[in-house]
Amino acid sequence: MSGGLPTPEIGHITRSDYRNVYEPAEDTFLLLDALEKDGDWLRRRSPTLALEVGCGPRRQPCEHAIDRPRCADVVHGWRRSGSGCVTAFLGQVLGASSALYLCTDINAFAAAITAKTGAVNKIPVDSIVTHFAVGMQQRIAGAIDVLVFNPPYVVTPSEEVGSRGIEASWAGGVDGREVIDKFLPLVPKLLSPQGAFYLVLIKENRPAEIMQHMQDEYGLAAEIVLHRRAGYEGLCIARFWRPGTVEKQ
Amino acid sequence: MRLITHNMLQCHVKGCTTNNFPLQIQDAELETLEAEFNPGFVQRLIPKLHWGALYHTAVSLGIEDLPEQMPEEVTEDLLRAIHKVALETRVKEGKAVCLGCGHVYPISNGIPNMLLQDNEV
Ligand SMILES: C[S@@+](CC[C@H](N)C(=O)[O-])C[C@H]1O[C@@H](n2cnc3c(N)ncnc32)[C@H](O)[C@@H]1O
Ligand SMILES: [Zn+2]
Repeated sequence: MSGGLPTPEIGHITRSDYRNVYEPAEDTFLLLDALEKDGDWLRRRSPTLALEVGCGPRRQPCEHAIDRPRCADVVHGWRRSGSGCVTAFLGQVLGASSALYLCTDINAFAAAITAKTGAVNKIPVDSIVTHFAVGMQQRIAGAIDVLVFNPPYVVTPSEEVGSRGIEASWAGGVDGREVIDKFLPLVPKLLSPQGAFYLVLIKENRPAEIMQHMQDEYGLAAEIVLHRRAGYEGLCIARFWRPGTVEKQ
Repeated sequence: MRLITHNMLQCHVKGCTTNNFPLQIQDAELETLEAEFNPGFVQRLIPKLHWGALYHTAVSLGIEDLPEQMPEEVTEDLLRAIHKVALETRVKEGKAVCLGCGHVYPISNGIPNMLLQDNEV
């Protein structure tokens, strides 16, 4: 887990809050680990604008994780993750006053908790209720230095995709790709020249195919920053960026 | 919604292409947040700002700390003024109204809602 930095405090989220949102689990932690691992790489770029899409906390059956100490801690203690947790953590990695932290979610409740999580962790977080970055896209085009999305990636029937409620936190439709595939064309529009995009994927989403597509279609370089076999999810964190603007470690 | 965030928002109602930025803040209940002043960050933020939108929005809310034109020389005083207006002023409740099409985006509990009803998209 994130050895150096403490995981953001989310004690303000009550159990009843969790009925309307998404419980934290392995994917969240893997994302935090990836951001921490990339910390120096990111800080060297002096990021100014960060955007997390889908900042709501997660709620999804995660039985496989319950016997794992970290997730059990989450399920019973709530302290280690939650809504806005990813951005609050990114704020610790980059510095609370060093960047602007924008967060969006289609779930208004999730956006509200995110703002609270930011406040509790002393990271100024600006949350906006919207679909992806709609309503901001024109103004932030080409300006996002750190873009993060832990999307609804679970394979489900297509009908479950696109609600504004709790199913929206996991339902990914066919191959778990329906929401992801709609978001991908936005990535090259949003990223700044030195920007990086972090995406949570599971093996059913076919990460290699997505990475190839981003390269062929938009000329973005891609790399798996971290992967972990959590239960049957086969999780990984992919990073996309414009090659040539970012040196390798 | 801090004024920096307002500076990023634009109406996206279908067919609304003129006068869709900035959204006009109405019935605002304002609050002040304390944020750590980081001159380097404010400096990096300047090129991302729409100065006219920030200036006119601030004035419409009775905040007169900014010069109308972005000065050529960036002084610490200017950085502090931008910090105060853009990063420490928050609209807690109110509406963000599009002057092009009249659409109202509600702001509640400090959070703007940019979603449209299904028939508006
Ligand atoms: C897997 S959860 C991620 C939770 C949290 N960010 C994390 O990493 O632990 C997905 C989140 O995306 C949100 N979401 C789904 N579709 C979205 C869309 N089109 N635009 C914005 N947010 C969306 C859901 O409401 C949910 O909060
Ligand atoms: Zn409009």
